[in-house]
Amino acid sequence: MRTRASGRTVGGLRSLSLQAPAVTLLLIWMLIPLGMTLWFSFQRYNLMMPGMEQFAGLENYEYLFTDPALWRAMGTTLVLVGSVLAISVIGGTLLAVLYQQEFLGRGVARVLAISPFFIMPTVSALIWQNMMMHPVNGVLAWFTGLFGLPAIDWFSSFPLLSIIIIVAWQWLPFALLILLTAMQSLDDDQVEAARMDGAGPVAVFFFITLPHLKRAISVVIMIQMIFLLTIFAEIYVTTSGGPGLATTNLAFLIYIRALLEFDVGGASAGGVIAIILANIVAIFLIRMVAKNLED
Amino acid sequence: MATLQLTQVAKRFDDTEVLKGIDLEVNDREFVVFVGPSGCGKSTLLRIIAGLENATSGDIVIDGERINEVGPADRGLAMVFQSYALYPHMTVEDNMGFSLRLAGVGKEQRRDKVREAARILQLEPLLDRKPKALSGGQRQRVAIGRAIVRNPSIFLFDEPLSNLDAALRVQMRIELARLHEELDATMIYVTHDQIEAMTMADKIVVLQAGEVEQVGSPMELYHHPRNRFVAGFIGSPKMNFLPVTCRAADTDGVEVQLPGGGQRKVPVNGEGLSGGEQLELGIRPEHLVLDDEGPLEGRIQVLERLGGQTSLYLQMGEQLITLMADGDVEHRVNDHVRFGFDPQRAHLFDADGLALTSLQRHPLSRLVRQDSRARPEGGA
Amino acid sequence: MNTSRTQRLVLAVVAWSITFVIFFPILWMFLTGFKTEAQAIADPTLFFTPTLDSYAAIQSRANYFHFALNSVYVAFGSTLLALLIGIPSAYSMAFLPTKRTKGTLLWMLSTKMLPPVGVLVPIYLIFRDLGMLDTRTGLIVVYTLMNLPIVIWMLYTFFKDLPKDILEAGRMDGASTHQEILFLLIPLTLPGIASTGLLSVILSWNEAFWSLNLTSSRAAPLTAYIASFSSPEGLFWAKLSAASTMAVAPILIFGWLTQKQMVRGLTFGAVK
Repeated sequence: MRTRASGRTVGGLRSLSLQAPAVTLLLIWMLIPLGMTLWFSFQRYNLMMPGMEQFAGLENYEYLFTDPALWRAMGTTLVLVGSVLAISVIGGTLLAVLYQQEFLGRGVARVLAISPFFIMPTVSALIWQNMMMHPVNGVLAWFTGLFGLPAIDWFSSFPLLSIIIIVAWQWLPFALLILLTAMQSLDDDQVEAARMDGAGPVAVFFFITLPHLKRAISVVIMIQMIFLLTIFAEIYVTTSGGPGLATTNLAFLIYIRALLEFDVGGASAGGVIAIILANIVAIFLIRMVAKNLED
Repeated sequence: MATLQLTQVAKRFDDTEVLKGIDLEVNDREFVVFVGPSGCGKSTLLRIIAGLENATSGDIVIDGERINEVGPADRGLAMVFQSYALYPHMTVEDNMGFSLRLAGVGKEQRRDKVREAARILQLEPLLDRKPKALSGGQRQRVAIGRAIVRNPSIFLFDEPLSNLDAALRVQMRIELARLHEELDATMIYVTHDQIEAMTMADKIVVLQAGEVEQVGSPMELYHHPRNRFVAGFIGSPKMNFLPVTCRAADTDGVEVQLPGGGQRKVPVNGEGLSGGEQLELGIRPEHLVLDDEGPLEGRIQVLERLGGQTSLYLQMGEQLITLMADGDVEHRVNDHVRFGFDPQRAHLFDADGLALTSLQRHPLSRLVRQDSRARPEGGA
Repeated sequence: MNTSRTQRLVLAVVAWSITFVIFFPILWMFLTGFKTEAQAIADPTLFFTPTLDSYAAIQSRANYFHFALNSVYVAFGSTLLALLIGIPSAYSMAFLPTKRTKGTLLWMLSTKMLPPVGVLVPIYLIFRDLGMLDTRTGLIVVYTLMNLPIVIWMLYTFFKDLPKDILEAGRMDGASTHQEILFLLIPLTLPGIASTGLLSVILSWNEAFWSLNLTSSRAAPLTAYIASFSSPEGLFWAKLSAASTMAVAPILIFGWLTQKQMVRGLTFGAVK
């Protein structure tokens, strides 16, 4: 009885045993699929041709890099990520400033404005595709009709733009949520001191607010990048990557290769590229979070 | 019965050495205070004794048994934390009875023990309250009560009064002294406040930078500090230090030349010193006296009248000297005054900051226990 | 005074107009759910006689509940599992830190950065070989692992806020590790644990990549069910809206409740 708690003062061992389940699981979760993806990417391996697996060297990569679809998909990915980021960061910052002002029903308005972020991606894609952007019965068509303008067939005329609008609608509220939270930690005294020094609202925004938000903005950019690089559901539900390859991003291309064409080798090579891209972003994000951990 | 011995206890966090081989003996029923500036390692030392921290090396022995490997709950100790660390979701009664509950003590017995401790601390009317509904002083008492319930062989206190306001602190100091008397237990108390150390301790351990600077009774530390650090740390206001030059030294005293040009013979053992050596003279503000014939002179820069006493801050060359004078002094700011001291009261420190031994021990410095049960023992 | 009043009025109007535009699709979805299919595709109007037909239709198609139940199982199952694994881990990181703790935390975060498409193929194949394709268990496993880093990070930040002294006092009082966690840590950080759990539920509930790729019918949650509305030729907007409203409403409410803590979780504590 007396020795029950023996040796349990402080300890590496105890801490290790408490962490072991989480660490082990995550290790398995990360290493095995990663290793397999890497391995497959050097294999000639198609699910439709079982038993034909063989080492392919860099063939999958070669094929992938010479395939115009990859470059097209990379371009689409970049445009998608870039424009959604621009919209959500700029819009989010401006809206955060707006929602920081006092006005009637501010609390409710804030909650409503961040709501799209909580909507499941398949729902938001379908609502937009059908009820908003539908060329005949959509609200936008009705709206343009009010001004006597012809309705726009969003998904056939501007497929990528349509996807961008849907995705931005979901992620702008995320940026707003983060930036609004960050804004609340801005010291009122600082703003008042600046006012006393003769700064107008614009000067306050550029010299006080924006520098204060710098860190939050970079967090928003990096987190969104990681999610936006692999946007999938919105495309799956609305355009299935089309028309042609117009809305096929890297994630969707890999999906087509793997689960529609059963080309495991090719899809894995694409996966490796996606991982490398994501890691470039992740390194910066992790560095920043690590800095945060110091205090 | 509870004694504690530390032998060469060291603690290292990564590259920093927080404790550098501490040797210490705590006697049964002694009230020992660890005192030192923040970062000196006193709290770490207490936590090592408690078992909340492992010593990197060295032995911790309680009642003759090495307990380095024993868990905190099984060392027979209880600790009162600086923040009180009461369990916010439990009532006072549950807080005090938690250890008994964990030990599987029955409900009835638990109740009795908690009531008993509550009685000692006058907490009975508060037993059903949550910590949130208590004042700072009451929380403090609950924390002590939680310790009492465990009936420990040694009580550990980690700066327990630092979160209380000044008036309450005085009151709790008295209460703790009373508790020590009543419980008749060994207590180890950590503080950065030398007043708490002076008022409560049987034995003070002065720590600095992970090392014990001096161990002794309050009066011993006050009258015979071993070095310049202890001299400056114990006593308030702080001791003044003046640069002096040794003119002549032998075993009956050291004659020094004071900054103003005067000379005094300080009764300390000057063996091994030679003329011309630079020394430091330490003299407490309460031992400086205004004296028109005095060897020192300064300009009053600030004057604080406390009523019964007046603190004079005197500009003397580059230095600011503190002098505690009578409440009725009529001087004003910018007056030039002369002052002196009784060489018997002065301390001399050599170039390494070590005190030269006084030729005469102060009679009170032999007092080891504050209470009447202890008889004065021979000097250390 | 007067100008400031007009200014305030203009501000309110601008802010509310923007809010309206952002929230409009959700509002519209909500309203359309109460329309008939004919009204749903008619010219937009805010005035109509609400009907519960679509809801009734969805209810009678019993399989809605099959999908909803899958969502509940998967979201809550994975959350429970993640908390169960995460609490001891976060406890040890917050209260028994070692030199490796910081590195471990960051490494966990890095597993979250792994894009799901990058590992889709092996996970798909492993699941196929283990017979876990289209099973709730499979999805629960994936979501647990997917959310574990966020859960641990968030718990870690909440646990860090708890004064260490309280747990040490418990240790002095003789509490073992699991008693410390059970009697002190969990009761004292319950609000934090709850919001961590809610965030995990939200993320699992809304997850679409794995649910679309690893399930087909048996274990398909609501995300996949809603996606099935995209294929048929006919327009069932009212029914789609009713189903979507039901799929989205609980999570929207959870989201409103946890928005503040959600920021901490999603930014790994970098924004407070």
